[in-house]
Amino acid sequence: MLKKILVRKNAYFDSVTLMSLGSKIKKMDGVSQAVVVMATEMNREILKNVGLGNEETEAAGPNDLVLAVEAESETFLSAAFAEIEEKLAGSQDKKKNRDNVYKTQEEALKDGVKANMAVISVPGRFAAREAKKALKNGMHVMLFSDNVTVEQERELKELAREKGLLVMGPDCGTAVVNGTGLCFANKMRKGAIGIVGASGTGLQEVLVQIDRLGGGIAQALGTGGRDLKESIGGIMMMEGIKALDGEEQVKVLVLVSKPPEPAVEETIWNLLRQVKKPVVVCFLEGKKRENLPGNICMASTLLEAAKKAVALEKGVEYTEEIRDRSMEIQKESMDLKPEQRYVRGFFCGGTLCAEALIVLRERLTDLKSNVSHHKGEILEDARDLKGNVLLDLGEDEFTNGRPHPMIEPSLRTEWIVDAAKDSTVGVILLDVEIGYGSHENPAQIAAEGIRQAKETAKEAGRSLKVVAYVCGTDKDRQNLEEQRTILAGEGAILADSNVEAAHLAAQLLGNQKGGKNR
Amino acid sequence: MKINDLFQQELTVLNIGAPNFKADLDLQGISAHQIQWMPPAEGDLELIEQLDRFSDREDIKEANQEAFSRILKGSPVLVGMERAIDVIPGMTKNTILHSGPPIGWDRMCDPVKGAVVGALIYEGRAENEEEARQLAASGEITFSPCHEHSAVGPMAGIISPSMPVHIVENKTYGNRAYCTVNEGLGKVLRFGAFDQSVIARLRWIETEFMPVMQKAIRLHGEIDLKVITAQAVQMGDECHNRNKAATCLFFRELVLSMLKTGFPEQQIEKAIDFIRGNDHYFLNLSMPACKSILDPANGIPNSTIVTAMARNGVDFGIQVSGLGKKWFTAPANYVQGLLFPGYDDQDANPDLGDSAITETTGIGGFAMGASPAITQFVGGTVEDAVNYTRSMYTITTGENSAYALPPMDFRGAATGIDVLKVLDSGTLPVINTGIAHRVAGIGQIGAGIVNPPRECFVKALKEYSKVRG
Repeated sequence: MLKKILVRKNAYFDSVTLMSLGSKIKKMDGVSQAVVVMATEMNREILKNVGLGNEETEAAGPNDLVLAVEAESETFLSAAFAEIEEKLAGSQDKKKNRDNVYKTQEEALKDGVKANMAVISVPGRFAAREAKKALKNGMHVMLFSDNVTVEQERELKELAREKGLLVMGPDCGTAVVNGTGLCFANKMRKGAIGIVGASGTGLQEVLVQIDRLGGGIAQALGTGGRDLKESIGGIMMMEGIKALDGEEQVKVLVLVSKPPEPAVEETIWNLLRQVKKPVVVCFLEGKKRENLPGNICMASTLLEAAKKAVALEKGVEYTEEIRDRSMEIQKESMDLKPEQRYVRGFFCGGTLCAEALIVLRERLTDLKSNVSHHKGEILEDARDLKGNVLLDLGEDEFTNGRPHPMIEPSLRTEWIVDAAKDSTVGVILLDVEIGYGSHENPAQIAAEGIRQAKETAKEAGRSLKVVAYVCGTDKDRQNLEEQRTILAGEGAILADSNVEAAHLAAQLLGNQKGGKNR
Repeated sequence: MKINDLFQQELTVLNIGAPNFKADLDLQGISAHQIQWMPPAEGDLELIEQLDRFSDREDIKEANQEAFSRILKGSPVLVGMERAIDVIPGMTKNTILHSGPPIGWDRMCDPVKGAVVGALIYEGRAENEEEARQLAASGEITFSPCHEHSAVGPMAGIISPSMPVHIVENKTYGNRAYCTVNEGLGKVLRFGAFDQSVIARLRWIETEFMPVMQKAIRLHGEIDLKVITAQAVQMGDECHNRNKAATCLFFRELVLSMLKTGFPEQQIEKAIDFIRGNDHYFLNLSMPACKSILDPANGIPNSTIVTAMARNGVDFGIQVSGLGKKWFTAPANYVQGLLFPGYDDQDANPDLGDSAITETTGIGGFAMGASPAITQFVGGTVEDAVNYTRSMYTITTGENSAYALPPMDFRGAATGIDVLKVLDSGTLPVINTGIAHRVAGIGQIGAGIVNPPRECFVKALKEYSKVRG
């Protein structure tokens, strides 16, 4: 038998607490005697009687706590003392009241709330601070907030790497972790594809297309748009790749991003060379890369990335088939006037706008966009639209204090109606995002714009074509079919992917004089 | 690698910001907790920068832990009762101590002025109010905060040289703290009353009550105030506004010794009846007990723990361990609560008294969750009280298991207010307190809840940054 007797000076506990604690300890395995008491005269006597008194307990007073245990072995003894510590320090109160609303992370954690992920969407200048706190408390971070400085981002990601944690963001809109959609995400079939993506709607479109094509997602991690810049060095892209490579459920990796800056690009490729799993790399607008290892393939659009990933997941051959809708489109375009030569795309999703640009650049001339980085293609003045234009309405200049158009799409309506007044416009191209985070009924808002636009054109003696794409899965809460039906009800031509929507727009114009049809 | 660990775990989320993200997680059946986020330090970026810098510093954490541990180790006992001039350090026959941070005669609020008048009449320095006011304004009298003399006083907190004071000793650190005898309710000096009945009672306390107490305490031996406080908290007191249980326990402890003092039966009976009839007798023991606990925690160079909160009816002042005895003051707030019938908001004096020393120690408003009866007195519901108490854990260093709160499953009282945490969270300490009429002598007109002005903490942090940054 081993004995351990501790005296804590001036540590008062009420006797009821101590009695119940003492009897609990006594019932523990391997414990033969346990006395947890304040050293009052009576208790000192008890300690002596059970053989757990000593000089120190004799000298102790009623404000001193005595912890005395007799047990069969050191192991049992330390287990008993661990239990005593926990019970004395802890309070059952912490375990209850889990629905409390807390003002700070500290408050929640102090109250016993456990979390492994912090989703942060506070104003940018405070966001890094919250993220840092979360990391220090061992949480992974999804940083939805923007306006976080590059220096802050780097500091956060370095800290995260050191701790083996994720920092998805800043300005990260979409992630799927363990099947759960975070912020703007779609309800997905589970599967074996793991994605690391730097863009929000880009990631969403890949997810949606994978689901539509019968594939499934293991994990989809966001990195935020700046991760592959030299100043950040691709920290999260690389941490994400390593994590997915090490994850058994993941059979196929997909990377979605703008092209990395040159110094980062090599580091990424060096890392990818060590990955044995098949990888689909979609660096939108990136250069084609030659001499790739056999397990790596490139994709030039989000759709292509999704198709290749699903083919790899299912172990089938990738085919580049596109649905032929030329008859339908031919018919639709018949009533366009010769001067209606242009498309106006109004996008809520920035990466969808960029993808449409990739498609339409090949098919149309006189094309401008506010997401373009190509000389001569950059839109100078959004108040004076001419020719073919693709506009990302999620840019700061349009939101300016208002919610992002994915949350509040109504800001698009006046753009659509304005375009309808332009006698050179034949086609309006729209994206409609559904899923978690998005508006309750975005199709209804878009439909209202379409109706007004068509009326405006009709009053001017023209017809106007609208091509719309609903980015969402059949499992999303807004109900994909209903959303499509609402749009179709206003005569919109519906596409199954963003790429198809862009092609349809070009086809509609291509049947016109002045259009350029490949 | 922890990212891969996450893939094996159930996702649990802390949602900091837009609540609709939590709603979507709820839809997915994911456990998510909402943080009702507000900009820290009211969005003051300079302050936030300082908070961040300090919250990372190990030396500050250690200093605060040291201050916290000294508070926990405090062991206050009542050792005796003497005239102020005989025991209070720095007390002279021309000194009058008052509650709160320093204030001159000209700026004092009316209840404090009334109490000064009463004290000067009681001391025989003035015949009437007019004479007393002249003397007070003459510059002959030195006004000084109780807190700067190891003392505390409820409401006006006036201590004049002849007044008997309880002597409380912190046995762990050997320091002492002092506080007058509680006069009861109604017309009392601490609310600025100074008529004949008030002066007569003060004289009786000095000439008849004190001798009985002195001898009784000698016969009994020191009385452990920490044990009484701990037990009273279990019995529904928070030992600031409710001292019913504590007074009973104290009475039970001392009454036999009082009977044995050998003074005339009538004198003993009156003394016993005085304690028996005053639910707040223990307040004037609870306060010096707290003061004696907190004083050893002051002066730890890097500590950001608050060691005093006190009000003089005009200003609210705090002291911070690492900044020594320096006061950080701002205009005192008005108390929000219930007023007795016949009074309205215009009648109330701003927050007054040293009794916030109880909250500084982790009881009083901090322990309201364990004092359901007090909620009726200060307004609000039991749930409010529990929530007040719960929110205090955000701004404190740790929990004092000596003061275990039964309705909170015996969680220890939130102890060791940290300036950094107060400013970071935007949660201010909760004080429950009596409301004095703004005219001297009318007395208590209600009770309620009050916070210190945030500015006190901002000023303290700025000073800390200058001195320790």
